[in-house]
Amino acid sequence: MPEHEADGQLATPTHEVRDFLHRRREQIAQRWADEPLFRTVFTVSRDEAVEAGKVVVDALAQVADSDQVEDPDAAGFSEVREQLSRMGAARSRAGLSNTQVSSELAALRPPVENLLAADLEQAPPEHLRACSTTLTVLMGTLRLVAMQSALSEWQALSDRQRMQLLEVATPVIRLWDGIVAVPLIGTLDSARSQVVMETLLNAVVDQHARFAILDITGVPTVDSLVAQHLMKTVAAARLMGAQCIVSGIRPAIAQTIVHLGLDLDVITRASLADALGYALHELGADIVNPGAGQR
Amino acid sequence: MHTAAGVEACLPIRSDMDLVWVRQHVRQAAARLGFGLVEQTKLVTAASELARNTLVHGGGGQMEARHVSSGATQGLRLAFSDEGPGIADLDQALSDGYTSGGGLGMGLSGARRLVHEFDIESTPGAGTTVRVTCWAAQPPRPREEV
Repeated sequence: MPEHEADGQLATPTHEVRDFLHRRREQIAQRWADEPLFRTVFTVSRDEAVEAGKVVVDALAQVADSDQVEDPDAAGFSEVREQLSRMGAARSRAGLSNTQVSSELAALRPPVENLLAADLEQAPPEHLRACSTTLTVLMGTLRLVAMQSALSEWQALSDRQRMQLLEVATPVIRLWDGIVAVPLIGTLDSARSQVVMETLLNAVVDQHARFAILDITGVPTVDSLVAQHLMKTVAAARLMGAQCIVSGIRPAIAQTIVHLGLDLDVITRASLADALGYALHELGADIVNPGAGQR
Repeated sequence: MHTAAGVEACLPIRSDMDLVWVRQHVRQAAARLGFGLVEQTKLVTAASELARNTLVHGGGGQMEARHVSSGATQGLRLAFSDEGPGIADLDQALSDGYTSGGGLGMGLSGARRLVHEFDIESTPGAGTTVRVTCWAAQPPRPREEV
């Protein structure tokens, strides 16, 4: 029996919820341990899940104590923020979408509400309703905190991947003495094209290249900005004494470039093989096909 | 007029990443409507130019994609709108080689040549809307055997 009823004075809903959380800490954690979110993240033992649940209950009680049930930045949440983001990340690694993680978080609410309703059976209905609303708000804020942490985790992951992509995408390949090639892949936004230009110009110097082949087979769209980046790269290479060849121009891209009215002031070839053949010819190293006898 | 599933959309244009999404969406929508590879590439390139204009000159906006049909021919209509400074002189903006932003000056005029229908509305100070429509070319009919 809650103590406040003895003196006839009802506690505020927030404090009632706080007292309830303290009182039922063990039971709530036990019930949560059976929910998919805790059960699947803490697989070593059930006790581990219960302990993790208790930490979350304590945080909720602390937030209720400071009267900040609607504030996701409340000091009480800082203790569990990392744990929640770990749990969210574990679930999304298991292949769940944001929505599914969110509904798993929502599933934590009903067990607590049932306990609260059982606890306050004797209390006046409006008091129960007020407490129940407070608890709902508090659980909603918890869900928000968990999703926030999970989202920042995802954001960090996508930033890392973007950096990886920037590094991965620009290998310079030495095809022959004095001939280097860069296979361009994906979108040539300004950050990527800057990296391409730098790596290509460095390769031209390091390998004493006279020919540099830019292969755009893997570039899905050539619009005026991509063309401008290409032309700048070509012009910079030319200043360093290397001749550029743009290869890998597919029929659809060629027609688009013509309609767009772009004037690619550079030697172009349909395929990388053609470009290499041209460069070799210019270097005076003609390829002879042995099967065809004398050329 | 029936609507093809997954073609209708309204995409925000707020960053470089959104441009990638716009291109992918237009490419998929065009493929779903039966556009050939050349038409797809042309429309995607036009969309890329116009979306970049919306971002760079209009300060961000949105693209709406709609499926249209005329008889048996399927088409895709794209509307790029922003609430930026607008264009004072449309004829000048539509001429080849004119640029206000350090580009090649081929974006707007080139995009017009890449699509079948092109319509631009701009009010200085209130924003710009560009609508383009591209039709999936009908394959030539096989000659009837006599």
